[in-house]
Amino acid sequence: MKEMLANPVLVKEIKLRFRNAKSFVGILFYLLAMGIFVLGFIYLETSLGGNGFFRPDDSLLLFMMISFIQLGFILFITPGLTAGAISTEREKQTLNMLLTTSQTSFQIIFGKLTASVVFLLLLIVAGLPIYSLVFLYGGVSPGQVLGIMLFNFLTLFAFGSIGVMYSVLTRKTIVSMISTYGTMFFFAGVTAFFLLLSVQFNTLSAQGTGPLSPISYFWGSINPVIVLTSLLEPRMGQDFYEMTGIDFPLWISYTVFYLLLSAASVSLAVRRLRVNMHKYK
Amino acid sequence: MIEVDGLTKKFGSFYALRDLTMTIDGGTVFGYVGANGAGKSTTFSIIATLLQPTAGEVKVDGISVTEKPHEVRRRIGYMPDFFGVYDQLKADEYLDFYGASYGLDRIERRAAIPKLLELVNLEQKRYEYVDDLSRGMKQRLCLARALIHDPDILILDEPASGLDPRARVEMREILGHLRTMGKTILISSHILPELAELCDTIGVIDSGELKAFGSVRAIQEKLQSEKLITVRVKGDIRQAITFFEQDPSISRMDADSGKGTVTFLYRGAEEEQIALLKKALTAGLPVLSFAEEETDLEDVYMAITERSDSA
Repeated sequence: MKEMLANPVLVKEIKLRFRNAKSFVGILFYLLAMGIFVLGFIYLETSLGGNGFFRPDDSLLLFMMISFIQLGFILFITPGLTAGAISTEREKQTLNMLLTTSQTSFQIIFGKLTASVVFLLLLIVAGLPIYSLVFLYGGVSPGQVLGIMLFNFLTLFAFGSIGVMYSVLTRKTIVSMISTYGTMFFFAGVTAFFLLLSVQFNTLSAQGTGPLSPISYFWGSINPVIVLTSLLEPRMGQDFYEMTGIDFPLWISYTVFYLLLSAASVSLAVRRLRVNMHKYK
Repeated sequence: MIEVDGLTKKFGSFYALRDLTMTIDGGTVFGYVGANGAGKSTTFSIIATLLQPTAGEVKVDGISVTEKPHEVRRRIGYMPDFFGVYDQLKADEYLDFYGASYGLDRIERRAAIPKLLELVNLEQKRYEYVDDLSRGMKQRLCLARALIHDPDILILDEPASGLDPRARVEMREILGHLRTMGKTILISSHILPELAELCDTIGVIDSGELKAFGSVRAIQEKLQSEKLITVRVKGDIRQAITFFEQDPSISRMDADSGKGTVTFLYRGAEEEQIALLKKALTAGLPVLSFAEEETDLEDVYMAITERSDSA
């Protein structure tokens, strides 16, 4: 573990990232956006809502909104941070020198991915004080917050892995970015559309009797927005189970799917980073 | 020692390298000469484990680059023809990063970095950002980077390209110093004369094929059947021009009436050359001098590539 963290690429990437003013400006704007939203919401509820106080129900609503906003940030920022991990090195003509060092392909990919994930984690951790404002008014347990944090971490790790994979497979950062954002859009948006289609199809074919629908369940279980909703509002999760006929926690399916996807992405990136010198034999 | 055996590289239907075979002895300096696109960088990229060969084999100290690329990487220091730098790293951090990437521990890196910066005359720039260094300084820093793990073999692809004359001289001095350290150095350049004095052997590559391999002198002797001869005569040179024009072994004649010289390419053995001079004197030509011009690596290269072009 110590050796993994003493990874030269990881150390270099973190050093470079924090010497860049853009990183701090990014964190600043993220916190400003979150802060304005939370304080604005509290202000609207307490002053303009006419109540003069903030109910635990409002607190839960705020928590849900913050969680969705944070998921949106993660889905939006992760591709931008990771999709250029290797392709930027290629474009800056530093990759060949890196590839002739003694570092293994896994070390290089691990260093690149971890550096991006660490920065995104910093973003999430930096937002915790804003998150914790909801505790002031009750309605949300620390366990719920921790659960959402772990969900966010898994999501950013998965999409980060996909971004790094594309940055290895494509020569240009712009192509890698488009591919990563496209993949993100597929999982976060298109799968919801597929879910709707499959539910409609199922309803029509079974004439509303509601048989088992594993395809609908699958599309729902890989959609981060739907899974986050099921975590924040368990009743909606229950509705989903009744609709699909599969009573299996969505978050477990989501975790297994994205862990496998991350492993496949990292594995492919590691194998394709260097040329396979054996291949022609 | 580097053994290249039947190395071939194809990009689609295009042959970048075709059946390349050569052996470079340990502790020698090998100059790789060829025009842009001739195949120099492709050869070096394969030796540096960056490119997969289509056929053939390369062994570095007996280790196959295709079978044990990781072992080969430890033994070589590679400097590509075009390279970038991490602009927000300082010179010593840049070397420290690569040192760590080659598995050197902190103590080893701390010991190596000042020595290398001194070797490439950059000790004053140790704490400056790499991006602020001049082109020549970056080239030297990249050379120091390639040396950070003390490799036995250095692969330098056009290390002097884009440098001004002073920086080029500095680079040559550093390479001369590395030569005395017993490193095996593979260096490519299209500025040919700068390799001549530095190299033990040269290889001339053209369109992916190795046209010549050996010492500069051996290649000159082997490949140059045509000699450049300048004859200086007293007075009017028209008689000399008429005389030499008649000889079928002479081509590409050039006359300078101001200097009183006639220069031509002569194809023939040394005995025939002596006979030509005797014949000129017997014909009454007022010959002041009859001299064979010194040829350098550039002439050799031009002769080799012209020959392959016309073939």
